[in-house]
Amino acid sequence: MSTSAQHQVSCGGGEISETMQVMAKHKSCGTVGGSGKASCGSQAGIGNVPNEVWEKVKNHPCYSEEAHHHYARMHVAVAPACNIQCNYCNRKYDCANESRPGIVSEKLTPEQAAKKVLAVASAIPQMSVVGVAGPGDPLANPDKTFKTFELVNKLAPDLKLCLSTNGLALADHVDTIARLKVDHVTITINMIDPDIGAKIYPWIFYRHKRYTGIEAASILSNRQLQGLEMLTARGILCKVNSVMIPGINDQHLVEVNKAVKSRGAFLHNVMPLISSPEHGTVFGLSGQRGPTAQEVTALQDSCEREMNMMRHCRQCRADAVGLLGEDRGAEFTMEKIMAMDIKYDEQARKEDQAKVEKARIAKLAAKQEQVAGLASASSEIKVLVAVATKGSGLINQHFGHAKEFQIYELSTSGAKFVGHRPIHPYCQGGDGEDSKLEIAIGAINDCHAVFVSKIGGCPKAELIKAGIEPVDQYAYEFIDGSAIAWFKLYLDKVNEGKIKHIERVDPAARRNALISAA
Amino acid sequence: MPFKIIASQCTGCSACETQCPNFAISERAGVFLIDPEKCTECAAYFDEPQCVAVCPVDNTCVLDTALPRHQEPA
Repeated sequence: MSTSAQHQVSCGGGEISETMQVMAKHKSCGTVGGSGKASCGSQAGIGNVPNEVWEKVKNHPCYSEEAHHHYARMHVAVAPACNIQCNYCNRKYDCANESRPGIVSEKLTPEQAAKKVLAVASAIPQMSVVGVAGPGDPLANPDKTFKTFELVNKLAPDLKLCLSTNGLALADHVDTIARLKVDHVTITINMIDPDIGAKIYPWIFYRHKRYTGIEAASILSNRQLQGLEMLTARGILCKVNSVMIPGINDQHLVEVNKAVKSRGAFLHNVMPLISSPEHGTVFGLSGQRGPTAQEVTALQDSCEREMNMMRHCRQCRADAVGLLGEDRGAEFTMEKIMAMDIKYDEQARKEDQAKVEKARIAKLAAKQEQVAGLASASSEIKVLVAVATKGSGLINQHFGHAKEFQIYELSTSGAKFVGHRPIHPYCQGGDGEDSKLEIAIGAINDCHAVFVSKIGGCPKAELIKAGIEPVDQYAYEFIDGSAIAWFKLYLDKVNEGKIKHIERVDPAARRNALISAA
Repeated sequence: MPFKIIASQCTGCSACETQCPNFAISERAGVFLIDPEKCTECAAYFDEPQCVAVCPVDNTCVLDTALPRHQEPA
């Protein structure tokens, strides 16, 4: 396909808020675009995104990478029942320390969910999105899901609604979804080939009958694609999630990407399979491995030529609360909520969100200034750097306290968010500090530097030994601008011959890279 | 013989409750129970018992062999 055509959509016409004008001025799409690419992607703030789409994504942390530094979301676990079985899911498992889809600690009624939404929205003003994501399938529990949305629409109309479904029942509910102003829907599509589907889904329950094998996968696939088409025809933004399962659908996801793009999906999110025997899932017990972070990145890269890829997914729990990457669910159990004095103040929330928008503008300005400084530099060098952050787009986390690192790719065209690396995988406990440091270094071994607000002497020495530069002089500054400033200094040192640029590619991690599949 | 739910295996997901054509299923203490008086094994409604077909845990909705099979009225 051609990569030369760039789909230009003007931002003009209609009222543009001050924020949007500033962002429109500062943000652009970069130079690489696919023909018919719906927009400049999850990475972008505004640029080529049509006004109505920007209004939908600008404060949705899952649909906009830029927004996810500033806005929070919550999932309410009102949907326990499911209508399909997946080999990566075991509904019996619940662990408060674990973060993965399908997991919750507390089931809620729609009324309890509405109360929780008000409590969280009052305590966290930047919480902008309420989603139903399970722990089963929202549309296998249509009464509970839609009742929740009705209540939230009534009590807190400024909140955006979204849901995440396997798609089997989607086509039956599209009109209700549109009526209740649910303007973001995520469909998990792992295959379009029923032979592959039969290896992922042992059965589905459809129209009062259990189907198995290829027949089940065939029905599921048809229903998913039909639902996607119906939603996009109504202008509802659709994200497609795909679980990357090495040896089963990894190569095939490039085909899935094409199929969902041609049906109007806005964003594609390739997520790694989470698989471990203690989860008790079919894949966990059979020893099916998950992909490495580098394998996921390679697949995302090969799909990105076709459409927008989401790189900032944290595969959160069906009862997650807070910014992506943090989970404040434990602060909002029903027991604690019942004891809270909840005052929902829409005006105060608006004022707080206006402050967030100011911070976003400052961040973009800082980045723009640094990018302008890079304009004179010309170099083919690209490096990855890791960042310890608690959110707001700032370098504000201590190295030793970080539970994950955000990864940025730096080049002369700027800083691009390309993913995150969790350090403490699920339910790992009792490890000594040494092994935690080892895990942290292993997770960012392909990075040239790690940006932190603070770091102890010992880990600093270990990082340097591993060839990763610990950078703490940009503490509490914006990520993008700081990373670009550091990169500029790095290029200067290379050009002056003070250091030699060495590519940091972990050959073991890249062994199964899928770039060739594109 | 009506169906029964083996409580120790029930995940409490409620999928069976909404599928039961006889409204025979209800929740108690986080798990679900089938009222044997109301269960008709889905006879006259569906080809397969709905609770069995939708349950995420195999062999959790099973025939209660302590009770006689359901007879449709003539």
